[in-house]
Amino acid sequence: MLEISNLTHTYGSGPSAHNALDGIDLTVAEGELVCIVGPSGCGKSTLLRSIAGLLRPTGGQVVLNGSPVEQTPDNLAVVFQDYSRSLFPWMSVADNVSLPLRRKAMDKKQRKDAALEALEQVGLESAGAKYPWQLSGGMQQRVSIARALAYRPALLLMDEPFGSVDAQTREELEDLTLRVRGHHNMTIVLITHDIDESVYVGDRVVVLSKAPAGIVGDLRVDLPGPRDQITTREHPDFVHLRAEVGRLVRGMRSQPASASQ
Amino acid sequence: MIGRRLLDSKPLCGALGAAGLFCVLEATGRTGLISPIVFPLASTVLGRAVELATDVDFLLDVVSTLGAWALGLLLTVVIAVPAGFVLGTLPRAESALRPILEFLRPIPSLALIPLALALFSDKFDMKITLIVYAATWPVLMNTLYGLKDVDPLAKETLRSFGFGPLAVLWRVSLPSTAPFVATGVRLASAIALIVAISVELLAGGSDGIGVFLIEVGGSPDAMVYIIATAIWAGVIGLVSDSLFVLAERRIFRWHTARTEVV
Repeated sequence: MLEISNLTHTYGSGPSAHNALDGIDLTVAEGELVCIVGPSGCGKSTLLRSIAGLLRPTGGQVVLNGSPVEQTPDNLAVVFQDYSRSLFPWMSVADNVSLPLRRKAMDKKQRKDAALEALEQVGLESAGAKYPWQLSGGMQQRVSIARALAYRPALLLMDEPFGSVDAQTREELEDLTLRVRGHHNMTIVLITHDIDESVYVGDRVVVLSKAPAGIVGDLRVDLPGPRDQITTREHPDFVHLRAEVGRLVRGMRSQPASASQ
Repeated sequence: MIGRRLLDSKPLCGALGAAGLFCVLEATGRTGLISPIVFPLASTVLGRAVELATDVDFLLDVVSTLGAWALGLLLTVVIAVPAGFVLGTLPRAESALRPILEFLRPIPSLALIPLALALFSDKFDMKITLIVYAATWPVLMNTLYGLKDVDPLAKETLRSFGFGPLAVLWRVSLPSTAPFVATGVRLASAIALIVAISVELLAGGSDGIGVFLIEVGGSPDAMVYIIATAIWAGVIGLVSDSLFVLAERRIFRWHTARTEVV
């Protein structure tokens, strides 16, 4: 459903040019949750912005459901790390969630109902009339997630979505993501620098190298479900996988007996 | 303790300051420190100011000045806000016009009165034109500044949902810039009042607070009239400014609430 072939991107030109992506090939199946993990500044966000059509890569192609991404595709939503800047402070929570639905053939009542339904899914059904800045950071990021869910995207991109909240909230939001992913058969690409998170949330973990980013590992996560913050994280396969991903992120050679086999 | 708590109230504190100044001025007159013939007693001036409140001629002049002020301010917003958006969204146009704007901006609008007198036969048109000229700058500059301050991530968020550039301008840049525009309009309103009265005073005309000042200038107690009128001009400016501040706080609660938290 999402096919990325030989994606390269270079910022600038001449001697000061910065090569951010170096020939990324990646295929994500429908309904899959893929975590992309890599060291800070490796070009993860460049990759995400290319998939979202927010940035035109200098080389290669992104194909979503058979059509090449030139501009922002219709059936895509992004959850950014910085919820306080991504939510509109002049609008109520409900209006924030329903705003993108103006792109769809929905009347006011339908948009309102869809927004309320999405807010229910993230446990914020009573916060619709509030303003984003009246909510805690974790709640604001829930609103961002609700806004993406209401849009019913075929592909949901999440750019370090839990990077700005405390550890407790982070775990709650990880579980929320796992809970809502099944609702609309969304494909999710989640970018993170947190190795544990990538293994805990993902069906698959794709590891990027330092800039220019290339794929150095692609591991399937077969952990017994449903996932749980305590039991999953103490499961031997989890411990093994996180070590494996950790080695790949640090640029070490992977161990032969990998849990992905 | 009670006294300390009373002084915590800012308006009350301000009123006490004004009352104190009044007493000092009154005392300097009564004790003969400054002769009431040279400078009128504070109580005489205040009494005249109260009388002016029921003086039909004066009130008509006030209405006339406020009418020019309101019309000038309205035209300013209609011209300067769209101009700011055009310049703010077309960087090339801004680069081309910036030097001209920077050249025109420091020219005091009152220095343009002789030119305006030559250009306009109608005093009212001239007054409005000068008000618009002077009041445009803060609105235009604040609009440009506000547009530069629009969060790129907020724009990108809407773009990621497939909205085009015009929708992003309308739904993100406009609301995000609005508080800056409002501040510009508040600054412009003070300038508009000053320019309106100054033009009336320097170029004359049939009515307005400035014209009233010229007319009472010939009377024997001109000084009392002039100071009383100045007090009313100050009150008008203060009231309009407070109303603008109040409206800004109400309408852009999201803006003040956010900046106060950060």
